[in-house]
Amino acid sequence: MDALLEAALRLATPLLFAALGELLVERSGVVNIGIEGLMLTGAFAAFAVAVTTASPGLGVAAGVSASVALGMVFAWFVVLRSADQIVVGTAVNLLALGATGLALRSLFPGGIPAAPVVGPLEIPGLASLPVVGTALFGATPFVPTSLAATLCVALFLARTRAGLRWRAVGEVARAADAEGVRVAAVRIGAIAVGAAFAGIAGAMLPLAQSNTFSEGMTAGRGFIALAIVIFGRWNAIGCAAAALFFGATTALQFRLQARGLAVPYPLALALPYVLTLAVLAIATGRARAPRDLGRPYRREAH
Amino acid sequence: MKERLRVLASPIAAALASIGIAVGVLLALGHAPLGALEALVRGAGGSPAAWTGTLQKSTPLLLTGLAVALSFRCGVWNIGAEGQLYAGALAATFVATRWLPADGGAWLVAPVLVAGALGGAGFGALAGWLRAARGVSEVISTILLNFVAIQLVAYAIQGPLQEAPRAYPQSDPLPHGAMLPALDRLHLGVPLALIAALVVAFLIDRTAVGFRLRAVGHAPEAARFAGLSPERLGTLALALAGGLAGLAGAVELAGMTGRLYEGLSPGPGYTAIAVALLARLAPLAVIPSALFFGALANGALAMQREAAIPSVATQVVQGIVILLSVGFALGRLSLARERVPSEGEA
Repeated sequence: MDALLEAALRLATPLLFAALGELLVERSGVVNIGIEGLMLTGAFAAFAVAVTTASPGLGVAAGVSASVALGMVFAWFVVLRSADQIVVGTAVNLLALGATGLALRSLFPGGIPAAPVVGPLEIPGLASLPVVGTALFGATPFVPTSLAATLCVALFLARTRAGLRWRAVGEVARAADAEGVRVAAVRIGAIAVGAAFAGIAGAMLPLAQSNTFSEGMTAGRGFIALAIVIFGRWNAIGCAAAALFFGATTALQFRLQARGLAVPYPLALALPYVLTLAVLAIATGRARAPRDLGRPYRREAH
Repeated sequence: MKERLRVLASPIAAALASIGIAVGVLLALGHAPLGALEALVRGAGGSPAAWTGTLQKSTPLLLTGLAVALSFRCGVWNIGAEGQLYAGALAATFVATRWLPADGGAWLVAPVLVAGALGGAGFGALAGWLRAARGVSEVISTILLNFVAIQLVAYAIQGPLQEAPRAYPQSDPLPHGAMLPALDRLHLGVPLALIAALVVAFLIDRTAVGFRLRAVGHAPEAARFAGLSPERLGTLALALAGGLAGLAGAVELAGMTGRLYEGLSPGPGYTAIAVALLARLAPLAVIPSALFFGALANGALAMQREAAIPSVATQVVQGIVILLSVGFALGRLSLARERVPSEGEA
């Protein structure tokens, strides 16, 4: 049971970070389907820098920076040029897939090295807490950090003045503008913060889960995070619950396969995507998206 | 006339600029770009064989590019051309290797192509149903269905559709009669794709149903007031687009590979979006656009062989083409502007 909870949390963590980032962006009225590409960019930058400097900490910093940098390209096109968000997001995904594949083969022509790993937080006593001790504090610091981040995002959106403005921009951009909120600045800020979260989500794949980088290693996790935001009804605690649900399902699936359940491997690989579709089909109707989600805001347009 | 010139010049500028930026990326990564560019151009069109290869690579891009252009024109964000292509190839393989007689004549090719189109259309319609009946955004569903289709193909060629000797993860070869006739390695799929472009152009711009589809894409709420159903027309658009992409899968199967295996698709699905956007969603303009990306894909193979530059570099070009096509005032790209998200849509 302990091991299953630990696995569920470990698998849920990158999804949760990515979903929190997307949540922040969507609450400001922007859909970023480029989140998959941002994660992948973060994963590669984290991997490359961690390998070169032998420091996983620097790797995480590089992953976040690279993701934010690409996020700013997205922001420039969708906020300042009012380009279509879906199309620009797709371009970001393509660019990230091409650029990381190209850079991987150019920088590591002799083969892909192993990455240094982010070790567990060594805080005396915590890991020996009953039930949740090992699951939360036994492995990587990403797990407790993601839960703390969930609370921060929830409090920020619900309880702070800045969070209120942020939501106003996502709900009724024109009214927020009339109240003196700078819509473009809030949205660019939201995209930057969201990209930073996606960068962490990406960085932990090579530095805390698989210890190496492979082409396209995010494997659709960013897209699942998009679904988690809907399933979590555009709120942080809901996202955490949804991410944990996906983590637990995947962990359970691995467990059953290890016990020799005879499901052909490709069908097992397809399961997370089918599950996501099923969950969306059940949950979408009841969730309400921010009203101005996906709409570019132009001041002079009426 | 001047406007016409601008409309023509801007996609060409976008294509050239994206190659320029990609050359900069290659320089930054320490490659010698001039030799690479030369290999690219020679590999794409330096000989009759190179031209044949470029046309072969352009054909599925033309069909999937049409699929994307058609759905985007109807305000449906179909990101699933790759999944629909695989669904088509899967259906075509099933029909060809399980239902059709191995010694049939050249007529066998017809059911194979029809099966491909129907398989892709069904897969597209699935996303349409999720959108219309359950309110699931087609953006997310078509992306997720790409992953599902790839794994379904993997399962089929290791399981129910695997070749009789069971040595490799691939299907049995198609019966001889089910293969597209070819002239000097140029198969009948090439003119077929060109005809498809004409049909789509006619359908969208000259028929009543095309008008309704465009109206829903342009102003869904206004169209609803006029008595049209955005849900039903959106599903129709996804089914038509899926049919085109599925036909691409069947053509690739019956024209080129002769068997189903993993990696049959000409490129990670998004290429079709770059093809459609560079053509500014005009069906006839998809023809030169697909030719450009086909040449790029074909030349990139030579570039990888001769200048040791990974062919994934082409994806960087595709990404930049998309950004330049929608990000700058390159004429007015008629993407659906008045997009009113229905309840719960993301």
